[in-house]
Amino acid sequence: MSAGTSNVAVPGAVPDVAPRRGGMLAGRGSALAAALIFAALAVLPPIALAIGDPFLVVTATRILVFAIAALSLDLVLGYGAMVSFGHAAFVGLGAYAVAILASHGIDDILVQALAAIGVSALFALVTGAISLRTKGVYFIMITLAFGQMAYFFMVSLSAYGGDDGLTLSARSTLFGLPVLSSDVSLFYVSLAVLASAFLGLRALTLSRFGRVLRGTRENPIRMQAIGFQPFAFQLTAYVIAGALAGLAGVLLANQAEFVSPAYMSWQRSGELIVMVVLGGMGTLVGPIGGAIAFLLLEDWLAHFSEHWKLGLGVLLVLLVLFTRGGIAGGVERLFGRARP
Amino acid sequence: MFNLFLLQALNGVQFGILLFLVAAGLTLIFGIMDMINLAHGVLYMVGAYFAATFTALTGDFLLGLAIALPAALLFGLFLEVLIFRHLYERDHLDQVLATFGLILILNEGVKIVWGAAPMSVPIPEILSGAIPLIGPLQYPFYRVVIIAAGLLTAVGLWLLVNHTRIGMLLRAGAVNAPMVSALGVDIRRLFMLVFGFGAMLAGFAGAMVAPILSVEPGMGDGVLILTFVVIVIGGVGSVRGAFVAAILVGLVDTLGRTFGPIVLRAVMDPSAASQTGRTLAPMLIYILMAAVLFFRPSGLFPAKGSAA
Repeated sequence: MSAGTSNVAVPGAVPDVAPRRGGMLAGRGSALAAALIFAALAVLPPIALAIGDPFLVVTATRILVFAIAALSLDLVLGYGAMVSFGHAAFVGLGAYAVAILASHGIDDILVQALAAIGVSALFALVTGAISLRTKGVYFIMITLAFGQMAYFFMVSLSAYGGDDGLTLSARSTLFGLPVLSSDVSLFYVSLAVLASAFLGLRALTLSRFGRVLRGTRENPIRMQAIGFQPFAFQLTAYVIAGALAGLAGVLLANQAEFVSPAYMSWQRSGELIVMVVLGGMGTLVGPIGGAIAFLLLEDWLAHFSEHWKLGLGVLLVLLVLFTRGGIAGGVERLFGRARP
Repeated sequence: MFNLFLLQALNGVQFGILLFLVAAGLTLIFGIMDMINLAHGVLYMVGAYFAATFTALTGDFLLGLAIALPAALLFGLFLEVLIFRHLYERDHLDQVLATFGLILILNEGVKIVWGAAPMSVPIPEILSGAIPLIGPLQYPFYRVVIIAAGLLTAVGLWLLVNHTRIGMLLRAGAVNAPMVSALGVDIRRLFMLVFGFGAMLAGFAGAMVAPILSVEPGMGDGVLILTFVVIVIGGVGSVRGAFVAAILVGLVDTLGRTFGPIVLRAVMDPSAASQTGRTLAPMLIYILMAAVLFFRPSGLFPAKGSAA
């Protein structure tokens, strides 16, 4: 019985989330899989133009943005074993940084990105420092509550649109040049950010920092016993993930040319978790695949019925109930377990 | 000013009582089975829909309520057998995913069954009207009924938890469920009971607000988050903590929204004060939660004491 091994909110308790590796894109092939995904994405715009479907580029940009957000969540969820249920708040804060600065005439993407990263990192630092004092169900509920706090803040911020959101008059510029004005250039910028984030997180997770984080995931008591402070490492990971999600928000605001509190709603946070778990936690390529699969599935289900969320919900429940060890475990058994 | 304070304080207590009804079952589910259940808010919503439907069918709110309660209980037991009992031994992430899926199903499900348009339930004749407070001040009778019903339920729960054998098992389960199980108690049946009863309490809360709020898809989502705040402040597994925290959250939220702008007006100009107040008021309860957690990471009345 899981209740027996996990004592809520007792300092130094056994982690509530059992370590899980793998997923459909785990292991040795992960670098190869990532290279293939990035290569396929890189040739997408010319193909989309050739087959006369330029809207494909817009959809793909949206997928890239959520892939960045899911990738950042994976650092917290997969490597840190922290079930954070408020990750969409960081994406929203990043998007609002763009919209609010733009409404004051500051259009430069570098300034906006810096502000977005700063705000979301600060929010992650403050809320993370409080949330990480707790464990298990507490941590889930508290991150959820802080996410909702940010959401309600934006809903009641009527100076910047409140519940209705804020429309951007134009996309961001770089040194006064409208470099993001075409959908294709925004796509490639997003792809470059995703690729950089992937490489950066890969280096980070393979570093000493990443090993300590994974060690904490597997056994926090042992890590403490050999002289590490899990709190500092977990908080650092939480802040890095928040900042990266904020950067995803910058791209999201530019892609949609509109921001609203809906970006920060807890359903969005839940969807990000689904993306990470669907693709495979604790593998950096997994969340990218998960984001692609989830958003395509969403589009596909939406074609059938306006009640597509019902189908998504049924699918989620069935996957959890009938695949031992959750979705990742089920997919793992389907595709065989590949360990690094 | 005092009159306004009194009215808003009563509204805050009434809101807190509703939060308590939803939180009471959920805190035991968290406490005893160490399980995270995101789908408790939709049970509140389903309760409201049951009340609306049965009131429309029977033409009488009290009769509708009397049918809605067992219906909510059965619905809770149905979900327990169908889904929840398979989740107890999974990790928290699986529980989050499955109950998140359940929210999507039920929110969309009520849209299909009852339509997306909000439903309204008339306040029953005998519970309408207002009662006088001090001087010319009046308060809607129906809200007094909600407070009274909630307090009665709280007293009933207190008797159940503190003075019955089942209550003893519940308290023991919240402290150390495996030990209770090892001593020969069928903890699964106990939990099924808690789950069904918790679903009924949440449904009761939903049914009681049906006449004063609009019944619509997604109405449980906001309540769920507030319930989490209540449980975190009160301490997981503690019904007493849930009661204190629920009243506290209800009061702080309601009074903050009314008096935040008024208090700020003393230090800044009126338009800025009302703007700032409106923005900050919804955040008050989260700041309260953060403050409580900072000083007491396991809530005000943790069920799992130092012995755990």
